[in-house]
Amino acid sequence: MAQLDELYREVILDHYRNPRRRGTIDGDHIHAEGNNPSCGDEFYLDVVIDDGVVTDAAMQGQGCSISQASGSMMMDAIVGTPVDEVREISRKFKIMMTIEEGEDPIDHDRPGSVLGDLEALQGVRKFPVRIKCADLAWTTLEDALNTADEMSSAS
Amino acid sequence: MTDLRSLRSDFPILGREVNGKPLVYLDSAATTQKPRSVLDAMDAYYERHNANVHRGAHTLAGEATEMYENARSKVAAFIGTSAAQVAFTRGTTTSINHIAYGWGLNHLSEGDQIVVTISEHHANLVPWQLITKYTGAELVYLELDDDFIVDTSDIDRVITDKVKVVAFSGMSNVTGAIGPVAELSRAAATVGAITVLDGAQLVPHTPVAADDLGVDFMAFSAHKMLGPTGVGALWGRPERLEELEPTEGGGEMINVVERFHSTWAPVPHKFEAGTPPIAEAVGFGAAVDYLSNIGMDRVMEHERDVTAYALERLSEVPDLTIYGPKDITKRGGAVSFALGDIHPHDLATILDQDGIAIRAGHHCARPLMKYLDVAATARASFYLYNVPEEVDALVASLMTARKVFGLD
Ligand SMILES: Cc1ncc(COP(=O)(O)O)c(C=O)c1O
Repeated sequence: MAQLDELYREVILDHYRNPRRRGTIDGDHIHAEGNNPSCGDEFYLDVVIDDGVVTDAAMQGQGCSISQASGSMMMDAIVGTPVDEVREISRKFKIMMTIEEGEDPIDHDRPGSVLGDLEALQGVRKFPVRIKCADLAWTTLEDALNTADEMSSAS
Repeated sequence: MTDLRSLRSDFPILGREVNGKPLVYLDSAATTQKPRSVLDAMDAYYERHNANVHRGAHTLAGEATEMYENARSKVAAFIGTSAAQVAFTRGTTTSINHIAYGWGLNHLSEGDQIVVTISEHHANLVPWQLITKYTGAELVYLELDDDFIVDTSDIDRVITDKVKVVAFSGMSNVTGAIGPVAELSRAAATVGAITVLDGAQLVPHTPVAADDLGVDFMAFSAHKMLGPTGVGALWGRPERLEELEPTEGGGEMINVVERFHSTWAPVPHKFEAGTPPIAEAVGFGAAVDYLSNIGMDRVMEHERDVTAYALERLSEVPDLTIYGPKDITKRGGAVSFALGDIHPHDLATILDQDGIAIRAGHHCARPLMKYLDVAATARASFYLYNVPEEVDALVASLMTARKVFGLD
């Protein structure tokens, strides 16, 4: 049970059952979609980027608690955050999810470290087949950010 | 209960532990475990007889060819047919592709219809989708009744003389439902359509007499019936196999090769281009030997007992929904279910902590998932080596899952 309790923390189940910013955005936005064909998890993301800051975001999709909670926590982490910082959070999140020991993405001394609530997902690392669930929302976000980059360099 | 418990010791893997618990393997619909005799047969082939088949005059080549052809005879006898009607392929998927391309491309055109059922595995859907692209033929679906069984109440209206192919599975890998083989074959025959039976789940779990089924073609895989991966069979009526064009060219499948054209080897060799999976075929032969020694009636009876017990015990779990027939005579041992709002992947992870292997996902049947209006299901599937205590372990672990997700 110990490993399971570490995986399914209270905060993860809360985000699974009460996902933040579920829905779509009506006005101008960037849309990205991700899915894991092997397990059927789906994630749809709308983001609004204004002057280098993520000003709004909404998500839809279906899947396991890990994929959906990861997406919901991502919503909390990115809205109101400058794109550069969002990329840094994403990078640290991916490091946290790698099985090999790498750079420690968690700043243990500073309250409200870069990852915040997202640290609750570190238990996933012990379940290698589930890492792709946690990564789905973030891979979709990277797609959206790349699209935003292309759009701004094209205009 | 027919007790096949003593067989468990024939399966080395059943002795291992997973996460510190004895392995409870409930994923035989995906692939089955292998008895020692299958592993030994393959080892013996490599250790004593390995050579390429059908092409050498030396002793080993003769032995390898004999073992390979002997395996074909065993597989044929297992489904009550002749060796000339069994081609070795890579498995069900490859067999169905042989039929879809080799028959479909040569007989279908715009205005023709291919009938499939909504409960097909992707292996019996996607090849037909590809064929519609190439030929202009159209796919038509049969749906399910309230008991998850293919609804045949309307078949005469669906299977009209536009229909040239009726492709369906003998047993669903998701709901466990047995397919209406006789009804569909009869309806197809009245309009002159060919029938393609996906036997991937039927052949491993019930006695099958291929020649008496009323279908034209059947496909199945060794790895779902105690044999190795990488080999399976394509069965057909003799006249249909003649009519079926080869879809792969190369060595072994030819008679005479000229510069610009060739003639084919006789059936079934014309479907076996290139070096076949020889050791795997030998293992397949050993697998059907193993099953024949027990007797498929007993295998089926045992599975029914275990599955009936599972259905009964699962009905005691609060918030659990089963997607499949309740009537044990209308189903096999694949039991799909959902537990409250716990996603099947989460269930599979939690059960794995207790050493229990189930499958979670769309089970290669996405159109069926949409039809059932679920994103995924959890599936426990049983085979001859499963025992009631494993059902008890499953139920206990599902109760743990309820706790982890705060459902209690
Ligand atoms: C009903 C059914 N059809 C087809 C297949 C495909 O079999 P294979 O992957 O061995 O080709 C499977 C197994 O996954 C199955 O359960």
